[in-house]
Amino acid sequence: MTAWQDYFKEQGHAPDWPYPVRYDKEQEIDTDVLVIGGGIAGCWAAINAARQGVRVVLVEKGDTVRSGAGGPGCDHWCNAPAYPNSNVDPDEWAVHMASRPYSNGIGIQIQCREDFDTLLEMEQMGGKIRDTGDEYLGAEGRDDETKFMNSPRYTRVHSYGLGDTQASTFNKDGTLNNVVIRVWGTTFKPALKRECKRLGVEIYDRVMATSLLTENGLQGSRVIGATGFNNRTGEFMIFKSKATIISTAGAGSIWLLNTELCGYSNMMSRTITGDGTVMAWRAGAALTMMERNGTIRIATGHKHKWYSGAGDASYENVPIVDANGKRVPYPIQGWEDAGAMVPSPEVEQAIREGIRKGEYALPFYGDFPAMPDVERRATWKLMLGEESTTKIIMDTFNEAGYDESRDLLQSYKYIEPETPPQWREGGGGPVVDWNLMTTLDGLYAAGMQMFSPEDHSYAAATGRYAGRKAAAYTREVGESKISREQVELEKARVYAPVKRSSGVDWKEVHAGIARAMQYYVSEYKDENLFNMGLDALKKIEEESVPLLYALDPHKLMRSIEDTSLLTYAQIIIHASLARKASSMPLNFQRIDYPEIDPPEWRKFLTVKLENGKVKTGELPLDYWGNMKQHYEARNKDYTGVYQGK
Amino acid sequence: MTEEKIVAMPNVMTPNSPVVFNPDICNGCNHCVEVCQIDVYIPHPEKGKPPIILHPEECWYCGCCVNDCPRPGAIKFNWPIQSRGYWKNKATGEIHQI
Repeated sequence: MTAWQDYFKEQGHAPDWPYPVRYDKEQEIDTDVLVIGGGIAGCWAAINAARQGVRVVLVEKGDTVRSGAGGPGCDHWCNAPAYPNSNVDPDEWAVHMASRPYSNGIGIQIQCREDFDTLLEMEQMGGKIRDTGDEYLGAEGRDDETKFMNSPRYTRVHSYGLGDTQASTFNKDGTLNNVVIRVWGTTFKPALKRECKRLGVEIYDRVMATSLLTENGLQGSRVIGATGFNNRTGEFMIFKSKATIISTAGAGSIWLLNTELCGYSNMMSRTITGDGTVMAWRAGAALTMMERNGTIRIATGHKHKWYSGAGDASYENVPIVDANGKRVPYPIQGWEDAGAMVPSPEVEQAIREGIRKGEYALPFYGDFPAMPDVERRATWKLMLGEESTTKIIMDTFNEAGYDESRDLLQSYKYIEPETPPQWREGGGGPVVDWNLMTTLDGLYAAGMQMFSPEDHSYAAATGRYAGRKAAAYTREVGESKISREQVELEKARVYAPVKRSSGVDWKEVHAGIARAMQYYVSEYKDENLFNMGLDALKKIEEESVPLLYALDPHKLMRSIEDTSLLTYAQIIIHASLARKASSMPLNFQRIDYPEIDPPEWRKFLTVKLENGKVKTGELPLDYWGNMKQHYEARNKDYTGVYQGK
Repeated sequence: MTEEKIVAMPNVMTPNSPVVFNPDICNGCNHCVEVCQIDVYIPHPEKGKPPIILHPEECWYCGCCVNDCPRPGAIKFNWPIQSRGYWKNKATGEIHQI
């Protein structure tokens, strides 16, 4: 065995830290484009910037080969209306998608125009995007000429938004939209890293970026680099850049930390702690949508496993039956209904009543054996087998003896605990313009850093776009000088936990932040609770953060992540205080302002730091203007799929 | 009973062990140490031995260490007991669990 405790028992001592410890060393790296976060968006940004012929540095907390939410895999390229087999116009589809309140019209327009080109480039790099081995001949949606596999997802109707009683449709005559493509996403991330290396992108793996550097060290001025440290060696890193792209994740576990199963308190990995948004905030960028929040529906170590469809059968394509084999009217978004992922409120109610009356016996099962062989394989092997963390679930089931052609897969819906309304997730990101530049000169955002982000393919398309725009920007700006004072202040902040050998551990601080958010920024919201929340977080900041201690560089990373989470939580409360109205799409119910979505509050609220003080502002819900016109005006030089070598 | 020396140890983290290594197949190449975005593992001080699971509770069960292992069978996924899925044989009604 190689558990730590077994080593300890065998050897009588703990293993030495396996990496050289270099807290006292620093490196300075000079580049044109700095990309912070090496997930899907970051890799695409780095690749596309490098293809414009500029120097690129990519900084990643884990290892770029499999890091990020999309690192393990991806089963659907979700929004490719420019795909020749689609039955929608990309610009009209973009307007349709952006009509959902508080979505990001700029990102959606970019995705709708460039997503299919991005996918074809994925194939150039070695990603598998079509059924080249003819494994799924005869599957519905398979185009035998191109070997692309259309997915039933979104092909007739979308999911229900909060408060919707009718799922939205696009093609009113019932024509399938065909905007979603099934892909072999487990092949993507290693291919992206290979391409980064081939193009000479300098990759710094295991480096956590901690702050942005600004001209003259001033809040609100041009971003000219970043600081970070290696989370294995502790070495300090100073990056000097002409343009910087933040493509880190959102904040995963602001409301919830299971201190033992802390790796999967929610559907995101522990590394997702809002660092990028917080860096942008501290540098003075305006953020929006920070007050948006919702109950965590899937995931968590408290429940079975993230993605209710894997290791569980209440997901797409699979007919759901009750314990006696009776079909349950649960939508499956398969070809038979092309319906929504979750039932309408009426159907949900009918199922619950049916359970109580004995009409449907628990537990429910996914009836894989009832599916035609090719559709079953497409769902089990391709859709679930290629999606992020679900491949290992499928493999474990099969190894344990599960046979999808013979066995029903259990669903945990209705038998596992409902999520308490206090377990939430939420947040937004920097305000961006049509170049994906934030309100700070030289700072760009992509992927999950965009407010209201969408899927894997959105991360890819916006990353690719931000890389192109940031590279162009570097040709327009001159050299800058890093403020040593700003670096020294950040160094003192970052290394404080390693100067102590006892105190408070990172998990306890994180759990404290989460509990404050559960109490004060949750189901019931009002001014008094928000202010109590700010006080509770201030107390953690003043009393507990100065006690954080880290015995090694890894725990130092977790401790600094706590400071990101703390600031992120504070920003959420500032944004929440600013919205003096309730809102259904933002899942924001205030007791003191109960009116839902009054017309004068249908707008984006922005928050930013100016001279260290919180300043709020607002933007119209369609601040991006005419999407098609603005996109075209700024992308006359766009050359489509990469033709270079 | 012979007297055995016992050391005082804190409780083991849950999950106890997200994976199990087979030391006969694993050659200590540490590929899993590199693909893990969390750093659940550190290399074993002795070359050629399976890595040490240092941060089991930080695992997010993405499976990359197992999926990308160049020596199949060297690492086996080990779900926490509360996360082990169930299935039912459609013909016989027999219930199974991972």
